[in-house]
Amino acid sequence: MEHNVLIAGFGGQGILFFGKLLAYSGMLEGKEVTWFPSYGAEVRGGTANCTVIISDDMIGSPIVRNPEILVVMNEASLNKFQPRLKKEGLLIFDSSLIKKPELRSDIHVADVPASEIAASIGNTKCANIVMLSALLAKAGIIKEESALKALEELTPPKRRKSLDINKDAITKGRKYIEDKKSKDN
Amino acid sequence: MSKKLFMRGNEVIAEAAINAGCRFYAGYPITPQNEIPEYMSWRMSDVGGVFIQAESELAAINMVYGASAAGARAMTSSSSPGISLKQETISYLAGAELPAVIVNMQRGGPGLGNISGSQADYFQAVKGGGHGDYKMLVYAPYNLQELWDLTMLAFDKADEYRNPVMILGDGILGQMMEPFYQTPYTKPNLSEKTWALTGCKGRGPNVIKSLYMGEGELEFRNSILQEKYKKMRDKEVRFEAIGVEDAELIVVAFGIAARIALSAVKRLRKEGFKIGFFRPVTLYPFPEKELAALANADRRFITIELNAGQMVEDVRLAVNGKSEVLFYGRTGGAIMTPEEIYEELSASPRFQAGAAVLKS
Repeated sequence: MEHNVLIAGFGGQGILFFGKLLAYSGMLEGKEVTWFPSYGAEVRGGTANCTVIISDDMIGSPIVRNPEILVVMNEASLNKFQPRLKKEGLLIFDSSLIKKPELRSDIHVADVPASEIAASIGNTKCANIVMLSALLAKAGIIKEESALKALEELTPPKRRKSLDINKDAITKGRKYIEDKKSKDN
Repeated sequence: MSKKLFMRGNEVIAEAAINAGCRFYAGYPITPQNEIPEYMSWRMSDVGGVFIQAESELAAINMVYGASAAGARAMTSSSSPGISLKQETISYLAGAELPAVIVNMQRGGPGLGNISGSQADYFQAVKGGGHGDYKMLVYAPYNLQELWDLTMLAFDKADEYRNPVMILGDGILGQMMEPFYQTPYTKPNLSEKTWALTGCKGRGPNVIKSLYMGEGELEFRNSILQEKYKKMRDKEVRFEAIGVEDAELIVVAFGIAARIALSAVKRLRKEGFKIGFFRPVTLYPFPEKELAALANADRRFITIELNAGQMVEDVRLAVNGKSEVLFYGRTGGAIMTPEEIYEELSASPRFQAGAAVLKS
């Protein structure tokens, strides 16, 4: 089994950390994982993206041209990467930031108002973690416990406060997807 | 086994160097290897070492020359255009028999090129990018575990042979993260650096130079160097071979291209194709005897590289006409996919010929 995810948004939204957390969680589950960032002239306010692969087997290339899952947190990234998403692939986007998206009809879509959910927790900076949690609730890939453990291990002691907020964000992101599912049923 | 770590390739190299006792690093920024100097800039002060952001690539490698002459384990790193600038001093290091580790995280070329990964500096690394008859040991890691292990080994081999050693990586390996084990470093039994410039109180002065103007002096120096390179060829070859015994087609690749190729080879083997995989870990010395032993008229080789065809020449020299050698490559920082290699290999004339026989 191999999953690949492309995560994209503004620099400063925690896109690269999102990817690192996802990959690290996979590592904690004993999977093969790679993380590969866009690099070069990236600055805050510019665009950032990274690709994560989680696999039961050795990973040949950390670069993915056509991902099966795409997570986007701004409109520029949606426009850039949506055409590259695989047919029948999954697109998750932050609907607080992308108001009127033009969406392909041959893909699965989940809209998550991640920035609003993050603001309700008290810190819009944790929108990336809300998105991660929504991704896990929607697509599986790794267990929520692994993400929580990864969060513990990757948060330095001096930033314990952000750990609590991020844990809250994980719960809220999952709940959003669950509530939506029950409404749809 | 130690705990799995998850770091960027460039940081893995930097920490491995520190772990192997590197206490002097000088460099000048260039993407895609900036995480090496960045990491060294704070990590060196933890261990009492020296970090210098030099005013140029030339200055950086000449500082390494000086630190090495004083007996320190010293390293510099750069990416393709920056490594071109360092060639003069690499030749001087070889001529003066000074150990040093030089890391090249290759990017697309020629010229300033781009910042993607590439393997187009193969010739420069193994054929002597600087002047004079010299050779470096060249290691080509293909995952982050090897970045860790081979960087530490590079320092030992540099000291053992009193010779510059190159780690030839690329932008992809440098930028990516994947888990690896922090294999502990055990220093081998190496002789004291009695040649180093450590102050000559109580002994005669040491001289470190590459200028030999006396009658026959330089030829004599060269014979010592050539003796040393022969020893490297006899003792330092490293490679990995998978499923080559019964293979009709053997894929030869190094570094990141080998990794991409291997996942395609594994898939083809599962599907029943008689395909093997041969990966030189040392590019100099090149595993020529090992490849020669595999060559015969019923077998083809295909070399896969992120360049226009460089290592393929060494594979052809090694098999010396006994097998046909094909090539597939991408240039200018374009990175092939495992699927692309799969298509290329399954369409190989070797297998197509076999299929035709089956059909008839």
